[in-house]
Amino acid sequence: MSATHLSDNQRARSAIFKRLREIPVSPLPAPDVQAYFRAQPTVLVQSSANRIERFITQAKSWRTEIIEATPGTWQEYVAEVVQKKSLQRLLAGRGTSFSEGLNRALGNKLSWYDEDLSEIKPILFSETDAGITTVRSGVAETGSLIVWPTHNEPRSLSLVPPVHIAILYASDIVETLFEAVSTQNWASGMPTNALLISGPSRTSDIQRTLAYGAHGPKELVLILIRDDVANTQARA
Amino acid sequence: MSVTEHIVRPEDFKLRSRESVADPKLRGNFRGAMDFLIDKRAAQFPDNATFTLLRKVGETTRKHALSRLPDLLDQLEINLQRLGVNVHYAENSADANRIFLEIAKKHHADMMIKGKSMVSEEIELNQAMATEGIECIESDMGEYILQIDGDRPSHIIMPAIHKTKQDIAKLFSEKIPGATYTEDVDELISMGRSVLRDKFRDARIGVSGVNFMIAETGTIALVENEGNGRMCTTIPDVHIAITGIEKVVEKLEHVVPLYALLTRSATGQAVSTYFNLITGPRRVGEKDGPREMHLILLDNGRTQAYREEKFRATLQCIRCGACMNHCPVYTRVGGHSYGTAYPGPIGSIISPHLLGLSGTRDLPTASSLCGACGEVCPVGIPIPEILMRLREAARNNSDGADQALRGQASARKMLEALTWKAWRILYSNSFLYRPFVFIATRLRWLTPTNQAGWTTSRTPLRPAPRAMRELLAQRNKQREKN
Ligand code: SF4
Repeated sequence: MSATHLSDNQRARSAIFKRLREIPVSPLPAPDVQAYFRAQPTVLVQSSANRIERFITQAKSWRTEIIEATPGTWQEYVAEVVQKKSLQRLLAGRGTSFSEGLNRALGNKLSWYDEDLSEIKPILFSETDAGITTVRSGVAETGSLIVWPTHNEPRSLSLVPPVHIAILYASDIVETLFEAVSTQNWASGMPTNALLISGPSRTSDIQRTLAYGAHGPKELVLILIRDDVANTQARA
Repeated sequence: MSVTEHIVRPEDFKLRSRESVADPKLRGNFRGAMDFLIDKRAAQFPDNATFTLLRKVGETTRKHALSRLPDLLDQLEINLQRLGVNVHYAENSADANRIFLEIAKKHHADMMIKGKSMVSEEIELNQAMATEGIECIESDMGEYILQIDGDRPSHIIMPAIHKTKQDIAKLFSEKIPGATYTEDVDELISMGRSVLRDKFRDARIGVSGVNFMIAETGTIALVENEGNGRMCTTIPDVHIAITGIEKVVEKLEHVVPLYALLTRSATGQAVSTYFNLITGPRRVGEKDGPREMHLILLDNGRTQAYREEKFRATLQCIRCGACMNHCPVYTRVGGHSYGTAYPGPIGSIISPHLLGLSGTRDLPTASSLCGACGEVCPVGIPIPEILMRLREAARNNSDGADQALRGQASARKMLEALTWKAWRILYSNSFLYRPFVFIATRLRWLTPTNQAGWTTSRTPLRPAPRAMRELLAQRNKQREKN
C-alpha cells in the first residue's frame, strides 16, 4: 500500500479510537451462553437415539436428501445416487478417510481436486456434476451439516458443482451448534473456513417464492452412515 | 445503468410517503410481504418465554461487546493482522470508497462481484466506483434484480420486496440477452444464476458485508441462503469485507445465540442455508480461497451514537429487519420513502447519526409509537424510547449535560418553542392558569377552525365549555344542597 494510504489509515484509526476511548463506559457483564444452552429443553430431555431421528427430520425440512446406509454398504448407495441422477463427472478430495475406497466402489470414476483453483476453475465451473465431501458433524436441532474444508477438500468443492454429496457418520451428530463449538473447542484453532450448511442453496427474493439452486448447489445429498450402535440394521 | 433517477433523499420523506400511501399496488406488495415475514417469525417463537430468554442472552452479548468496543476492536485487529488480513479504518464514506479504489487499482480490476452488504449501500459504493470506471455487480438475487433496473433496495433483508414476479419477468426479458419472458420463478432464478456464475468465475475482487466479527479468533461471520456470499469470499483472488465498527463480539460462542436470533427474526428460519465463518485469507497449501483479504471498519457517525448512553443501544442492532416487518408505518409507506440505506424503525434511529439530524429530522416522527418494533427486536433495543429522544433532540438545543448531535435542534421553530415556553409558564402558575382557563372557556367560540398543521388531517381543537375544576365545584355544591 502507498504511503498516503498508511497515513490516511492512521488518521482514521486514531480519530475513531480517540472518540471511543474518551467516553467513560464501564464494562458490562459477559453473557452466560453456556448456562443458556444447558437449560434448553432439547439438551435436557432428548436421548441420543432420537437425536438422529430429529436430525433427519430437520435436515429433510431443508430439502436435504438423506440416504441412510451402513458402514459396510454406503459406497454402493453413493454409486446408486450417481447412477440415478446420471452424474458424469464427480470431484472429490484425495487422501480423506473414504476417498480411496469410494473411488474403487465407483469404478475409478472420481476425479481429484488436486490443482489450484485457478487451474481447476474451468472444470469446476463447467464440467463437474457433483462434489463429494466429508462432514465434520451434524447438528440435530437444526438438521445442519458442519463442514470444515481442508487443503484436501477445498471449500469450492461443496459450493460450485450443482450437486453436493456429503458423507456423515451418525455418531458425529451433536445436539446443537453450541455443543460443537464448545466441546470441540473451535475457538482455540479456527480453520480458514468453517461452514454450517442446511440444505441446498435457495432464495425467496422473487415475490417470496422459494426457489432452490440460487448460486450454490441445487441439490444436497447426504449419505448418513449409521455407525451408531443401536441402529446397525438400518436399511441394510 | 442509471441510478440517479431513483435517488431519493430523507428530506423528502413526507412527500414520498404521501405518494406511496396513494399507490395501492405498492401497499399491497408490502402488506403481503410483511404478513408473510411476521407469520414466519411467529412460528419460530411459539411462546414468548422462550423468545424472552434467548433475547436476554442476545441483548447481554451486544451490550457487553459495546461496553468494551475499543478493546475488542484492538484485539480483533491484532488477530486479523496475525492471520494476514489488511485492516483499514474509515471515518466516513469517502475514506471507505478511497480504500476500495486503491485496492481495485492495485489489482487492475475494472469489476468487482458483490455479496449483500448494507454498509456498501450506506457508502454508495457502486456509484462511487462507477465514476472511476469500475463496475460493481450485485450477486444477491434481489440486489441483482434492482441493479439491472436501476432501482434501490426497499428492505434490508428482502431488497426487491416491492417488485412482483411479473415486474421481474418483464425486466429479465428486456435486460438479460437471450432471455424470454417467463413468470416461472425457478426459470427466472436460473437465468440470474447463469449470468452471475460467469462473473464469480472471472472477477478478481469479491466484496462482502459482515454479520458478526469475533475478536478472540479474528473471524468474520456471514449469514446467507443463496451461496453468493460464499462465492464472493471463495472464488476471487481478493476479498474485501466492509462493515461498521460496532459489529464485533468478544468470543466465538457469543455469535451462536446471535445467529439463532438473527435468522429466526429475519426470515423465520431456524438456520440459514449457509453460516460462513472466515478466519483469514488462504493459508499455505490450501487450493482455494482469496489470497488477499481486507477488512474495512467504518465509523460514519457510529461513534456519535456511541457517545451518549441514551443512543448507544442503537448500535446493538444485528440488522434482522424484524422492526420494519412489524412497523405499521413502514408497511404503508414502503422502504423507498425513507430515502436512506436503512429504512423502517432501525433506519429512523440510526440514520440521524450517519447523516445528521437536519436531513433526517422527519424520520423519528415516522412512528405511531405503537411499540411493536421494540417488542420484536431480538437484542432488546428500546426503539420507541430512542425515537422520542431523537424527536426531542431535533426540536431542542442540547441541555448542556450532553454534547449536541450533528443537526441538533434543526427542526426547532421559534414560534413553536415560544408557544411551549408560554404554555409552561401558564400551566405551572395557578395565578395565571385560573384566569386563563376562565377566559378560554368563555371565549371558546373564538377558536380558529384552521389550526396550522393540526387541522390538515384532524378536526379542530376547542376548549371545553367549562373547565373540569368548575364542573367539580358545581357538583360539590349540588351535593351539599341535596
Ligand atoms: S433494531 Fe432490532 S429489530 Fe430492528 S433490525 Fe436491528 S436488531 Fe432487528
